[in-house]
Amino acid sequence: MPRLVSHPDEVKIVTRRFGMGAAQIDRYVELGGYSSARKCIEQGSEWIINEMKASNLRGRGGAGFPTGLKWSFVPKQSVKPKYVLVNGDESEPGTCKDHLIFLHDPHSIIEGTIIAGLAIGAKMGFIYLRGEYRYLLEIMEKAVADAYAKGFLGKGIFGSEFDFEIITQTGAGAYEVGEESALMESVEGKRGVPRIKPPFPAVVGLYGGPTVINNAETIATVPHVIEMGAAAYAAVGSERNGGTRLFGVSGHVERPGVYELPMGYNLKKIVYEVAGGVWKGRGLKAVIPGGSSTPVLLPEEIDIGMDFDQVGKAGSMLGSAGVVVIDDQTCMVEFALRTISFYQHESCGWCIPCREGTDWLKKSLTRFHAGFGTAKDIDNIKYLAENMMGRTFCPLGDAAAMPILGFVKKFRKEFEEHLNGNPCPHAKHVDLAVV
Amino acid sequence: MSLETMSVFSPQLSARFDALTAKYPVKRSALVPMLLYAQDEVGYLSDAVIGEVAARIGITELDVRNVASYYSMLRFKPAGKFNVQVCTNISCMLRGGYEIFESFREELGIGHKGVTADGVFSLEEVECIGACSWAPAIQVNYDFHDELKPELVAGIVAGYKGKAEAKPEAEDLHA
Repeated sequence: MPRLVSHPDEVKIVTRRFGMGAAQIDRYVELGGYSSARKCIEQGSEWIINEMKASNLRGRGGAGFPTGLKWSFVPKQSVKPKYVLVNGDESEPGTCKDHLIFLHDPHSIIEGTIIAGLAIGAKMGFIYLRGEYRYLLEIMEKAVADAYAKGFLGKGIFGSEFDFEIITQTGAGAYEVGEESALMESVEGKRGVPRIKPPFPAVVGLYGGPTVINNAETIATVPHVIEMGAAAYAAVGSERNGGTRLFGVSGHVERPGVYELPMGYNLKKIVYEVAGGVWKGRGLKAVIPGGSSTPVLLPEEIDIGMDFDQVGKAGSMLGSAGVVVIDDQTCMVEFALRTISFYQHESCGWCIPCREGTDWLKKSLTRFHAGFGTAKDIDNIKYLAENMMGRTFCPLGDAAAMPILGFVKKFRKEFEEHLNGNPCPHAKHVDLAVV
Repeated sequence: MSLETMSVFSPQLSARFDALTAKYPVKRSALVPMLLYAQDEVGYLSDAVIGEVAARIGITELDVRNVASYYSMLRFKPAGKFNVQVCTNISCMLRGGYEIFESFREELGIGHKGVTADGVFSLEEVECIGACSWAPAIQVNYDFHDELKPELVAGIVAGYKGKAEAKPEAEDLHA
């Protein structure tokens, strides 16, 4: 069972029911659950969307798109049925926040899905979990069955005239399916390759109908926004970044864990105070701020607020808020190799720059790390990565290229140390680092 | 062809598939879950499994294979009864994921994608399994084991070995 952590600076909104047995429907209701859905039935679509806009809630999957605005793009009238699709494919290395939400508070995801459905006029929602999360899928399935039994799902939910169905679905192993158009392909029973955009899912989505796709954390946050009121929720965070974020801290820290902190909370404090500092009394070499695809930050660059805009200004991204801390005994070439090995494995092959780029980057970095690189290789790695950027249907190509560019730019010296047949000064896993 | 008499699946799984294909707006949406559930029961996607899934959904076997080959959890060869999946992605790597993989390799005497001679265990190095803050982590079938240390590996293997010996014919091993 994943360990829960706590820190005095935490503001527990999304995590407030964690560890309180809220996976049981009666307990969830006792703790205030499903009151937001009832309120939304009374208030109606326009009010919900205005509240979401005013809350400054932004997509927790990584892109940070304003949720209320996304919902407002769905056309009011549609010949085809509309859908809500909850993205719980959580596969970005460094990210394990949705894992805890599914485990401790599955009904918040159901309630958020209902509210999204009311907002856009959908009668069906899908909750998609990555295939590895089977035990969490079972928790989710029980929660959905309980909600049906209570009349919170199905015909005339909560005694209203609204109908709403939820289908839970398992994936079967694919990072790529976390991209929204690939996710729809997977739900439709196909290979998870991306679709070209436009049209955007809000207009032509699942089964050709208008579809809102939100990350599981975003959806779980929605009932809390309604409960607190948009203004109170927005006030917790920083400018244009409402509320809190579940920061999954991992790597070389004393107290790894998922901490719920206000948007804009200082990254240096996350590393040194909340997570207890670098482990074993070692020094800090680097921090990945938001999952493996976000460019690396140096120790002198982490005195920043963790919201979408401030991390962007610092040259990286808030992403999935998976903070990966790296100590001073780590080989960054090896780290880069392990990162690109992942993207090479997950590239679906649909777009050639991503398929070929990830493959050649992995080959180059493998050779380089083994001590067979040349000075020209460093620029070649950079050149390959630069030529993937912006040249693929979905963001996986960028997600693979961005971190590599960051490693080469900020740790060029470490790359140079591997030249001239020098064995890696840190590495232990040369022969293994191939999946 | 009568699916009732020819089915490679248990009556329970057949009933589950009927329910799955009925609940989606489009039948084909059940394909990916069906393949994974079929694999859980049969052990892998055999020709018979692919044939029956194709027939139940009403698409070609080629189409099923085309989809199945995309998903990393789906396999076309049997794995061990207990498939040990060791994450070595960044968060696990930083906290000793490769050492955990090494320990399993030594304990089981097999490498990446290997299966033990008695068919009880298989070993796989896998990508991120979403347990980064509790690294290093592994999954044995669907069970998570987190915050591991190399010295815990022998105990984990012994635990599953005991399960395999206690219930050699159990159908529930993948649950």
